[in-house]
Amino acid sequence: MKAVINSPNNRIQLNRKNNFMYYLKKDFLLYLLLLLPLAYLAIFRYAPIYGVLMAFQDYNLFQGIGGSEWVGLDVFKFIFEQNSFYRALKNTLVLNLLDLAIGFPAPIILAILLNEIWHARFKKVAQSILYLPHFLSWVIIGGMVYLLFSTGGLANSLLAGLGLSKIEFLSRKENWIVMYVLVGVWQSVGWGTIIYLAALVGINKELYEAADIDGASRLRKIWHITLPGIRPTIMILLILQIGRMVSIGFDRPYVLGNSLVSEYSDVISTYVYRIGIGAGDFSQATAVGLFQSVVGLVFLVAANYISKKIVGQGIW
Amino acid sequence: MIHKTRNDKIFDTLNTVILSLILIVVLYPLVFVLSASISNPLLVIRGEVLLFPKDMTLQAYARVFRDGEVLGGFMNTLLYASTGTLINLAMTTMGAYPLSRPNLQGRKVIMLVILMTMFFNGGLIPTYMVVKSIGIINTYWAMVLPGAISVFHLIVMRTFFENIPQELHEAAVIDGSSQIRTLWSVVLPLSLPIMAVMTLFYGVFHWNSFFNGLIYLSDQSKYPLQLIMRDILINSQMQDMMNLADESAVQQQLMGESIKYALIVVTSLPVLALYPLLQRYFVQGVMIGAIKG
Repeated sequence: MKAVINSPNNRIQLNRKNNFMYYLKKDFLLYLLLLLPLAYLAIFRYAPIYGVLMAFQDYNLFQGIGGSEWVGLDVFKFIFEQNSFYRALKNTLVLNLLDLAIGFPAPIILAILLNEIWHARFKKVAQSILYLPHFLSWVIIGGMVYLLFSTGGLANSLLAGLGLSKIEFLSRKENWIVMYVLVGVWQSVGWGTIIYLAALVGINKELYEAADIDGASRLRKIWHITLPGIRPTIMILLILQIGRMVSIGFDRPYVLGNSLVSEYSDVISTYVYRIGIGAGDFSQATAVGLFQSVVGLVFLVAANYISKKIVGQGIW
Repeated sequence: MIHKTRNDKIFDTLNTVILSLILIVVLYPLVFVLSASISNPLLVIRGEVLLFPKDMTLQAYARVFRDGEVLGGFMNTLLYASTGTLINLAMTTMGAYPLSRPNLQGRKVIMLVILMTMFFNGGLIPTYMVVKSIGIINTYWAMVLPGAISVFHLIVMRTFFENIPQELHEAAVIDGSSQIRTLWSVVLPLSLPIMAVMTLFYGVFHWNSFFNGLIYLSDQSKYPLQLIMRDILINSQMQDMMNLADESAVQQQLMGESIKYALIVVTSLPVLALYPLLQRYFVQGVMIGAIKG
């Protein structure tokens, strides 16, 4: 009987007038479950958005947002006059562009290589190994990088053993950038293949069979079937990555950077941390954060728009 | 069955060689660190340890496990990771399950409210202010509450729940089961794969996290292991390279290097031990996220 009353058709007819109360009562337990997660979002995700007002104030810790003096866009004006801000912005863009140029295609190539392996066991072992670095913290990876590549590290003693001169991998700025990018590839390339491998499974096998009959070589099949097959996935991930062009993780530049290369390694995330938590200038740090959010959104929308125009596909 | 041409064979060989090289590059640093941690530090610094350990010693490990700070950090991280992950799993399930029910009124609006947070957030300082104003700064809660739900993971879990056959829910209703009871005894037992994935992702996040500790904790006795690792591995680094003045300093430096290798092994081992157990689930987990996300 209960099931009959609860079936969707009856419910609508029976309770047209008292919809809201009816649903609240019927799904009371479900709403109860949602209470804590929604409270979490309100406190830790939405309440901070109110704090963004600090960017337009001369924020004073003792008077709070309610009592602090409003200064309009003065904080932004001040920031846009700082050389250190432009340095952080430039470094963020440069490191992200290099990641885009090298770190983005790397998992695509690796996924295709893996996809061409016929030996199932080898493929599986390879995947297990390739995913491993993703699970190591940046502190650990940074520690390893310093142990292996510092002036007294393994890499340099190997070079010395070969009679070559030492390379300052981490204390010369140009070398540091190369290390930053390569270590990033080392950490993320395997994990990045998962999505592409999933997309590769979805490619119609008949296309390959038809190509075989036409006598197409493996490389031609990769170029004409495999790559177009995963193009939608590539485009979506590309748009998302361009949307993140001005935001950069904190851990990687913070852990890999050092005082000798800070001219290249100081990025927006470490800059916000330094002026906000370090120097305690909340208004400035909030303003830089807001700038980053807004520009990031603009990048995302623009990348999506361009992708839609050129390849007819976007993420919304 | 199409026979392989000569070109195919060349391609396959080349591909296997390239992939093997990549695998070596990925795996070698890890193997080297393990070997270096159990070798005589003098041989490590001379570059004589390349793959296998030489003149094996567990001295570095003995020092690591005797160090109060490291042990304290280890225990702290164990606490943060275990309770943090439990909170994550409970909160994510509590959010994902109701939103996976197709007839829940207001589900679209609530989803929108949740999704919005992926595109816009207050940023570092405003979040810090909230954590401070609710009085959990420099407490244990600051390590587990601010990240209680990952919106991305919530969506993944919701997608998983949605794929559980509707008939099972209907059968439970006919049996007079309440919605929470249905979640507990019908949905959750079918969701072990997704729970395993979430445990791995959230657990690894907590184990590896050091940014929250860096900004929210000032009391060193509450530091997670990663923060103590940072002090030892990263911050001592430049000093070490410059402190080559006399013999005893060299000795110290040797031991210091050895300890660093051992610390890396000790810190990554719990994660790497968990990994093979849960591995068969996580590809599935990532794919669910990829399809929807």
